Amino acid sequence: MDYPEIREAIAKLCKQFPGKYWQQLDREHAYPTEFVRTVAEAGYLSVMIPEEYGGSGLGLPAACAVLEEIQRSGCNGGACHAQVYTMGTLLRHGSKKQKEHYLPRVASGELRLQAFAVTEPASGTDTTRIRTRAVRDGNDYVVNGQKVFISRAEHSDLMILLVRTTPRDQVKKTTEGMSVLIVDLREAVGNGLTIKPIDTMMNHSSTELFIDNLRVPVENLIGEADKGFRYILDGMNAERILIASECIGDARFFIEKASSYATERVVFARPIGQNQGVQFPIAKAYAQTEAAALMVNHAAQLFEVGKPCGAEANMAKMLAAEAAWFAGDTCVQTFGGYGFAKEYDIERKFRETRLYQVAPISTNLILSHIATHVLNMPKSF
Amino acid sequence: MKILVGIKRVVDYNVRIRVLSDGSGVDTDGVKMSVNPFDEIALEEALRIRDAGNAEEVIVVSAGGDECQQQLRTGLAMGADRAIQIQTSADLQPLSTARAFLKIIEREDPGLVLLGKQAIDDDNSQTAQMLAALWDRPQATFASKLELDGQSATVTREVDAGLETIEVDLPAVISVDLRLNEPRFVKLPDIMKAKRKPLDVIPLEELGVAAEGNLEVGHYAPPPQREKGIMVEDAAQLVEELKNRGLI
Ligand SMILES: Cc1cc2nc3c(=O)[nH]c(=O)nc-3n(C[C@H](O)[C@H](O)[C@H](O)COP(=O)(O)OP(=O)(O)OC[C@H]3O[C@@H](n4cnc5c(N)ncnc54)[C@H](O)[C@@H]3O)c2cc1C
Ligand SMILES: Cc1cc2nc3c(=O)[nH]c(=O)nc-3n(C[C@H](O)[C@H](O)[C@H](O)COP(=O)(O)OP(=O)(O)OC[C@H]3O[C@@H](n4cnc5c(N)ncnc54)[C@H](O)[C@@H]3O)c2cc1C
Repeated sequence: MDYPEIREAIAKLCKQFPGKYWQQLDREHAYPTEFVRTVAEAGYLSVMIPEEYGGSGLGLPAACAVLEEIQRSGCNGGACHAQVYTMGTLLRHGSKKQKEHYLPRVASGELRLQAFAVTEPASGTDTTRIRTRAVRDGNDYVVNGQKVFISRAEHSDLMILLVRTTPRDQVKKTTEGMSVLIVDLREAVGNGLTIKPIDTMMNHSSTELFIDNLRVPVENLIGEADKGFRYILDGMNAERILIASECIGDARFFIEKASSYATERVVFARPIGQNQGVQFPIAKAYAQTEAAALMVNHAAQLFEVGKPCGAEANMAKMLAAEAAWFAGDTCVQTFGGYGFAKEYDIERKFRETRLYQVAPISTNLILSHIATHVLNMPKSF
Repeated sequence: MKILVGIKRVVDYNVRIRVLSDGSGVDTDGVKMSVNPFDEIALEEALRIRDAGNAEEVIVVSAGGDECQQQLRTGLAMGADRAIQIQTSADLQPLSTARAFLKIIEREDPGLVLLGKQAIDDDNSQTAQMLAALWDRPQATFASKLELDGQSATVTREVDAGLETIEVDLPAVISVDLRLNEPRFVKLPDIMKAKRKPLDVIPLEELGVAAEGNLEVGHYAPPPQREKGIMVEDAAQLVEELKNRGLI
């Protein structure tokens, strides 16, 4: 595997955060502050930030290795993965001044750029229908609207926010008229922004945002006004490939757990893994995971050399999320009753990995992308 | 003062090892390899000594093929200043390793040599002792505590009867045990820096040390499968059962 030194270092770091740590956070619905701080300070969340801004300037494949290894070790990178890629929007489309202002402190871990707000209650997957509006007033934008399922907003200093600056019925193409703002959450909360946690199936610190006359300085606009959708789309390939790597890590976690448990657990006077009914599903999960990993790798390499990789990134995310889910299900089955007992961490990882078939993009939308963009079938919407 | 630290590339301790079907060794094909955990503890100790101002330079040394450069780089990323690879494709036995290390000692003149108490592959626990004898300097093995005091070191050793504290004059060879410290994890910027730190490659022949050993390995075999246990009622029955099996 590539980046063995990074993988080894991450595995060692993660050992300080064993299952017990995550189980307790789960019980308390608490954010893994200590884990995120440790990973950030050790420089692993700034893998992709260029060296001139204090990151290590490694590419996407290195970032993939980091996130895969975090998941594989039983930890949950979902608490901090956004810090790895959200900065991409800023890096590629922000002004020199914005980059110099934010990136070095994001790289050092001092500033947390963990939140990314696109989804809204009434628009869902159909992003062009977002209703959150920003209206220019002097040197500020005045923002009103609502966002939902915005992860880590309570544990981040900055947030990338997608808003409409020109109403949908006044633009030629519906993808126009949206803009990206950097919101300083430390100032915004209580001054027009209210954050309300959403209780979810897993401990993911997701929230609902109520935005009521929030003033955001115009200097916090990223790139040009009305062109924001393109900036967001631009970062999505990286996001999908990284999430896919997390799924590969989850799948490998499940497969390692299942195969070793099946070798050790004796019932009917033999290891359960001696029964093909037990070993075949694990072998199948392995085959699916390795195949998905090849697609993830392929997509990451294309991204790295700047080639188009939309279809590959989407396929990688879909295949890896499905492989992780199948491996998780197989692992629960292999562990029998113990798969449900929290102390084994199987049920926790099982809940956590389910997300990636829905967020950041659901499987149906990936299939629709392949059907219409790759196979040229008619669009359904 | 310079500190020399030995680093061996071994099968990762998490890997369930498999003996090759012909009994000629252990399957290392595609298997995860790591720094011998005891060596990592030795390196951590050396770094702490340096960072406390009691040494100027930490040098990591490994004898092996070019694959072991990966483990040397890990050592550099942890914080060692430079690395030396004693290049050989042979699987060195402890005596040859000790002879090769002695040659490096003669070149570098370290004030302290820190090694793991054993490598977790062959579990020999010989290199440190042999090296001290060849070098004709004091040795303190199985250290669980180490304090430097100018020209000597006070070492707490883990022995069968408990703990033993001895004082050795420097330069000395000290082999370290598990409880000495908790090695740090490596930070990403340090991995990047490690790529630029010096790593010298010295062929084993150049040191004038022969790779052949004086031990011959017959064959490897996995330990027999553990038999099913029984529950005993009390100590008397335990003694009885052990007697029945001729174990006491
Ligand atoms: C834990 C969690 C964390 C999240 N974090 C963030 C975050 O940090 N930031 C953020 O912006 N968002 C976040 N999301 C939101 C996530 O991206 C959305 O939930 C996701 O995009 C789906 O949108 P929706 O929930 O509105 O589903 P909907 O759009 O209502 O879709 C519901 C279902 O219908 C299907 N569907 C919809 N339209 C079609 C169609 N045309 N053809 C076929 N099938 C269709 C979808 O595939 C899906 O299965 C998070 C969600 C969760 C659960
Ligand atoms: C929430 C919960 C409530 C429960 N409530 C009760 C209760 O009220 N009373 C009670 O007595 N028990 C209860 N159980 C225990 C439950 O019945 C057992 O967990 C179940 O029978 C499986 O046993 P096991 O967990 O020991 O798995 P194991 O026997 O270890 O089996 C592990 C896996 O190996 C497979 N396997 C084993 N042998 C073979 C073979 N020869 N061929 C093919 N596959 C094999 C199994 O199908 C399973 O997938 C409960 C369990 C849970 C999780």
